[in-house]
Amino acid sequence: MAAHLKKRVYEEFTKVVQQQQEEVATKKLRLTKPSKSAALHVDLCKAACPADALQYLLQFARKPVEAESVEGVVRILLEHYYKETDPSVRLKIASLLGLLSKTAGFSPDCIIDDAINILQNEKSHQVLAQLLDTLLAIGTKLAENQAIQTRLVDVACKHLTDTSHGVRNKCLQLLGNLGSLEKSVTKDTEGLTARDVQKIIGDYFSDQDPRVRTAAIKAMLQLHERGLKLHQTVYNQACKLLSDDYEQVRSAAVQLIWVVSQLYPESIVPIPSSNEEIRLVDDAFGKICHMVSDGSWVVRVQAAKLLGSMEQVSSHFLEQTLDKKLMSDLRRKRTAHERAKELYSSGEFSSGRKWGDDAPKEEVDTGAVNLIESGACGAFVHGLEDEMYEVRIAAVEALCMLAQSSPAFAEKCLDFLVDMFNDEIEEVRLQSIHTMRKISNNITLREDQLDTVLAVLEDSSRDIREALHELLCCTNVSTKEGIHLALVELLKNLTKYPTDRDSIWKCLKFLGSRHPTLVLPLVPELLSTHPFFDTAEPDMDDPAYIAVLVLIFNAAKTCPTMPALFSDHTFRHYAYLRDSLSHLVPALRLPGRKLVSSALSPNIAPHEDPSQQFLQQSLERVYSLQHLDPQGAQELLEFTIRDLQRLGELQSELAGVADFSATYLRCQLLLIKALQEKLWNVAAPLYLKQSDLASAAAKQIMEETYKMEFMYSGVENKQVVIIHHMRLQAKALQLIVTARTTRGVDPLFGMCEKFLQEVDFFQRCFIADLPQLQDSFVDKLLDLMPRLMTSKPAEVVKILQTMLRQSAFLHLPLPEQIHKASATIIEPAGESDNPLRFTSGLVVALDVDATLEHVQDPQNTVKVQVLYPDGQAQMIHPKPADFRNPGPGRHRLITQVYLSHTAWTEPCQVEVRLLLAYSSTARIPKSPWIEGGEGPPQVDTSIEGAIPFSKPVKVYIMPKPARR
Amino acid sequence: MPEIRVTPLGAGQDVGRSCILVSIAGKNVMLDCGMHMGFNDDRRFPDFSYITQNGRLTDFLDCVIISHFHLDHCGALPYFSEMVGYDGPIYMTHPTQAICPILLEDYRKIAVDKKGEANFFTSQMIKDCMKKVVAVHLHQTVQVDDELEIKAYYAGHVLGAAMFQIKVGSESVVYTGDYNMTPDRHLGAAWVDKCRPSLLISESTYATTIRDSKRCRERDFLKKVHETVERGGKVLIPVFALGRAQELCILLETFWERMNLKVPIYFSTGLTEKANHYYKLFITWTNQKIRKTFVQRNMFEFKHIKAFDRAFADNPGPMVVFATPGMLHAGQSLQIFRKWAGNEKNMVIMPGYCVQGTVGHKILSGQRKLEMEGRQVLEVKMQVEYMSFSAHADAKGIMQLVGQAEPDSVLLVHGEAKKMEFLRQKIEQEFRVSCYMPANGETVTLPTSPSIPVGISLGLLKREMAQGLLPEAKKLRLLHGTLIMKDSSFRLVSSEQALKELGLAEHQLRFTCRVHLQDTRKEQEMALRVYSHLKSTLQGHCVQHLPDGSVTVESILIQAAAHSEDPGTKVLLVSWTYQDEELGSFLTALLKKGLPQTPS
Repeated sequence: MAAHLKKRVYEEFTKVVQQQQEEVATKKLRLTKPSKSAALHVDLCKAACPADALQYLLQFARKPVEAESVEGVVRILLEHYYKETDPSVRLKIASLLGLLSKTAGFSPDCIIDDAINILQNEKSHQVLAQLLDTLLAIGTKLAENQAIQTRLVDVACKHLTDTSHGVRNKCLQLLGNLGSLEKSVTKDTEGLTARDVQKIIGDYFSDQDPRVRTAAIKAMLQLHERGLKLHQTVYNQACKLLSDDYEQVRSAAVQLIWVVSQLYPESIVPIPSSNEEIRLVDDAFGKICHMVSDGSWVVRVQAAKLLGSMEQVSSHFLEQTLDKKLMSDLRRKRTAHERAKELYSSGEFSSGRKWGDDAPKEEVDTGAVNLIESGACGAFVHGLEDEMYEVRIAAVEALCMLAQSSPAFAEKCLDFLVDMFNDEIEEVRLQSIHTMRKISNNITLREDQLDTVLAVLEDSSRDIREALHELLCCTNVSTKEGIHLALVELLKNLTKYPTDRDSIWKCLKFLGSRHPTLVLPLVPELLSTHPFFDTAEPDMDDPAYIAVLVLIFNAAKTCPTMPALFSDHTFRHYAYLRDSLSHLVPALRLPGRKLVSSALSPNIAPHEDPSQQFLQQSLERVYSLQHLDPQGAQELLEFTIRDLQRLGELQSELAGVADFSATYLRCQLLLIKALQEKLWNVAAPLYLKQSDLASAAAKQIMEETYKMEFMYSGVENKQVVIIHHMRLQAKALQLIVTARTTRGVDPLFGMCEKFLQEVDFFQRCFIADLPQLQDSFVDKLLDLMPRLMTSKPAEVVKILQTMLRQSAFLHLPLPEQIHKASATIIEPAGESDNPLRFTSGLVVALDVDATLEHVQDPQNTVKVQVLYPDGQAQMIHPKPADFRNPGPGRHRLITQVYLSHTAWTEPCQVEVRLLLAYSSTARIPKSPWIEGGEGPPQVDTSIEGAIPFSKPVKVYIMPKPARR
Repeated sequence: MPEIRVTPLGAGQDVGRSCILVSIAGKNVMLDCGMHMGFNDDRRFPDFSYITQNGRLTDFLDCVIISHFHLDHCGALPYFSEMVGYDGPIYMTHPTQAICPILLEDYRKIAVDKKGEANFFTSQMIKDCMKKVVAVHLHQTVQVDDELEIKAYYAGHVLGAAMFQIKVGSESVVYTGDYNMTPDRHLGAAWVDKCRPSLLISESTYATTIRDSKRCRERDFLKKVHETVERGGKVLIPVFALGRAQELCILLETFWERMNLKVPIYFSTGLTEKANHYYKLFITWTNQKIRKTFVQRNMFEFKHIKAFDRAFADNPGPMVVFATPGMLHAGQSLQIFRKWAGNEKNMVIMPGYCVQGTVGHKILSGQRKLEMEGRQVLEVKMQVEYMSFSAHADAKGIMQLVGQAEPDSVLLVHGEAKKMEFLRQKIEQEFRVSCYMPANGETVTLPTSPSIPVGISLGLLKREMAQGLLPEAKKLRLLHGTLIMKDSSFRLVSSEQALKELGLAEHQLRFTCRVHLQDTRKEQEMALRVYSHLKSTLQGHCVQHLPDGSVTVESILIQAAAHSEDPGTKVLLVSWTYQDEELGSFLTALLKKGLPQTPS
């Protein structure tokens, strides 16, 4: 909401008029159906009592009405409206009118006169309110018609004096939505239509009914959202509403104040009861801060949220929000935070506190203490210790936003954020850790703060720990003791929760590379080297030792003096780790290995271009394929595929592109191979067994094309065309193979028809792209389409066969950004020899933890598959809440999979893997043809197939027979 | 003149023995009935003879309200109801009703069995007393009798603590008892709606203190315990059985859970166990977190905290023990303290205030050698820490509550006089309401202006509505009518109807006023000028120029005539009826200012 409103604030206040495109009149053939309006008319006439009529109307409302019959229906309804005496039926008719006027393709200006007319004669307040609602629907539909807008506004103004709050509410809503945006009031000669919408709405800020007051404020906000610049006078009116008795009024008023403060941040307002003046935004900030200690938590949440987006506030106001001005017995007291800071700066760390250590110091002048009207004073302190966690989260978010814009404030709010790490609700803890990470560029942690932060590493929640690791990745630490402390705590964490291994290593990697100079003096201690004695060589498989090495090696990258401190085995370990954990250990320039290092490290920067070039060249080479003999083409393809694969392994940035193109080439290779088969030359009956290869190739091409289409993110439309084209070829191949291997013509009929349908479908979907496919299979196929439609299956097959051979190899344009979706299952690790035992017939929960990369919309596409030894496969849909999003393009799936089976005699392994589900209609661009069709375009959510995209993991399970 | 009278029998400029008498619109209510911890003679109970010298108290009091189960708020209840004699209703919340008898019984045991006092109330008396209790729910309006109603609001502080609104007609008093505006680990914050009472009676224990964020304290506490336990030391936390003990238990329990710690935590048995049972039961009275999670697990069903056995104190290895009493003056906490004091790895954390003379106070003030009974000298090597966990509202909290309730006046009790004085000034300054702080036995009388409902006849109301805009709730509106007071009922009717009902004839009353104006022009012209002037100034009214040369504004007639003696002066004759007095006097005043000079 806030962001939305804000966007409006910064938008220029101009009006954009969109010209409606004239619709091309299309001739449509329609079946004549029994007229809806007539049926309704009959029904309503039949109705003996109002209850019956109501029933008919209710039934009628359930069915949709076509655009062209709307008007008739409306007439019938209006006719009955005039006759009807029962208000409830009139109410229903009024609401139906509103619904009908929203029908697409129906222009409601013809019923507006009637609607206004019946409004004037209506007595029931409820019906009036409903009619106004209908008018609102009509008015929003005809937003371009100025005359109607003014007319409706007039109607609304007339009914504003109604005694019922419902009617007044609707009137205000109408004014807010339709009130003219021109600020200048056009004086009519009669002096009647001097409609300053803002003033009219403003008058209802003091209405007797709280609902109307709320509606008035909402209408004002609506005006603002539609682009009207609110007057500054609104501010004072809104301020008065802050002390309203009703929470919804206060909540809306807070919003309004915020809006005005963003519109006029720099104007000056007087402080009541003194002759000083302050900026409006500061004043508003103080007022909203005050609302953080409101009686209603709804208002508190609202206020806390809005505080975060007030960035123009003066810094001294901002800092006040964190200062509560403690006192004890009227003497000034320092906060625990201040004391901790002092303790730290005096060089004494973590001394035991004595009783009376917090004894208050200087006396406070009783006159100067301001207990309540101190505005911003301590707003965040209150917000952060609020009873409701919703308020606390909102306060943390606001802190985050303000701290991001003001480094000084960031430094100040640090202590409070650190304190939030101990909140009782995990969500709040997590939120505050994330916040801290976001502002971490602005801050450096003091040692005592770091200590508190690190204490949370022992938390039993994995989310908290991992968030903390992420935080440590980008924190600045000030001293070498701090680094040491962090390392010690991380190692403690590692022994307590060994599953955190990867996350901790990654954390240490960044910690090391950020603080090379702080790590340097620690190296001898960390590696436990001794100037005179050789120490025992540590165990290379110890995760803790690896963690230390990761820290050191990453620090050594920018600190050339460090390797001098390494002992011999460290170098050996380096070589090992550089190979096994290359993503964690950077390339170092080590004194002993000049050759290797010089070959590797200095070339990193200019290395990219050649590889990109290489990729381009090898692909271009392939496209000359057409001119080669089949044998040569095959060889060329094979070489290129091999090259691409190797390139993908070497250059992680190009892996996506290389894999993608390699897959495409492989499809082509398979196709060529299949067509090279001898079976085509020999009479059909002889080649039953050899046709295996061709049909397998067809099948594989299909699979690969699905992979290409759905497993890569960033695939554009032009690639999709090529992929579909390849698939079509595969289908053609399949058809030919079947035609060759099956006897009888009957099954072929169906297949042919299906294939032709596919071609038709392809043509419709990609009609815009067809020019690109010059000289291709499809191109030729479409030329021959009329002939194909009429010919027999055998003939079709023959044509297809020749065309397949003659068709050109299509150039696959490379997309800008392409990434292959991948998944790694971290847990279960699949190493356990202890079977998971459970009673057959009951379920066992298996924890699955996996990281997903470059998966779009994982909530809907990623599934877990469990394969039992008996071949039975089970697909599990994880809950959307099981997916977390730790970074762009990365997802984390932490879920539980329930396994069950009948009793086995022996423990056996089941396979768990992740699948990427797809449905081929999802990607197809919506062509106008589909949209213009009869029915609404069907959203096909069904899963058509699934591609496995992670390595399967084996889990040892043992269902025991149930004991009787 | 109606008034509210308040007399504190205890807790007036003092802490302890809370007992406040309130008379409101003829109803007498006693708020709280506590004992004083500092005295062992008659002064420990309020002086009930103030209410009546002889005779039952029931005749003088309409009801008694107990805010929460602390003994300084309910300790004198059995004495008051059984020994002095009171049979009327006693109102308290359900948790208070459940826990109160446990504490009273404990108090009785110490007084009678340990100190050997005679003439003290008996167990039976406690039971009889509790039979008179009527339990109330939060926000439930209880009708004590036809006119008096009470309503409870949540107060934080301890389980079941409530603030009470006492209301008779349009007058009301809110009594806060003890309350806490910052939520803690097991209870929420006090809340009261904008009930605008005539008087707010608030406690003021921390009238001159603004407290630091509770998070620092909690974090400090947890860090200390954790460090000591990791070192292999033992932690002793002396607590009182109810209130803070539960908060600290929750704090440690959640911390243990979060950090996956295995070190045992014990709490000494007895009272706490019983009380914990009630904490488990009254989940709705706890804070958001506990309320939301109790379906999965009741937070008071501690996983890590077990009952303590005397033998455990000698077990090797780290442990945390909650033991009573809180000031280390006797009992289990002192025993454990003596066992552990010698080891510097151990730690004792005092979570509350200690009275002078107790072991707790001595060690807190830094004494390292203690003389125990039998001339033993105990050397204290263990670390001593002080953590203040208090559940009263601080100055800012009190102000916040006053702001929430918007009372007409405030009365402070339950605090020290000097501190109250500061807060009183602040309240008067910030809210501009009167604030009182009576001493014990001193009566404060506040005049009130109760609103009296008057019935209005529909005809009159409709007529008024037809005349002007809609009536607005917060704006005063002038209305002409006749007030009829008959048989203690008030009615507002139109004057015609009143005349009819009383059988009186109507008299016309007309005011006429002459305004002299210096003008040489003719009367006709004069009238025209008057007309145009009035037309332009009185835009909301109907101004007409009649053919006979006179001008009317609504029903007011203005005629211009020449002065009989001085031709240079014209006389304007303004005439209006009594009903139009307002407009008429305005018109004359306007005309007396003269007409604007028209460009002639």
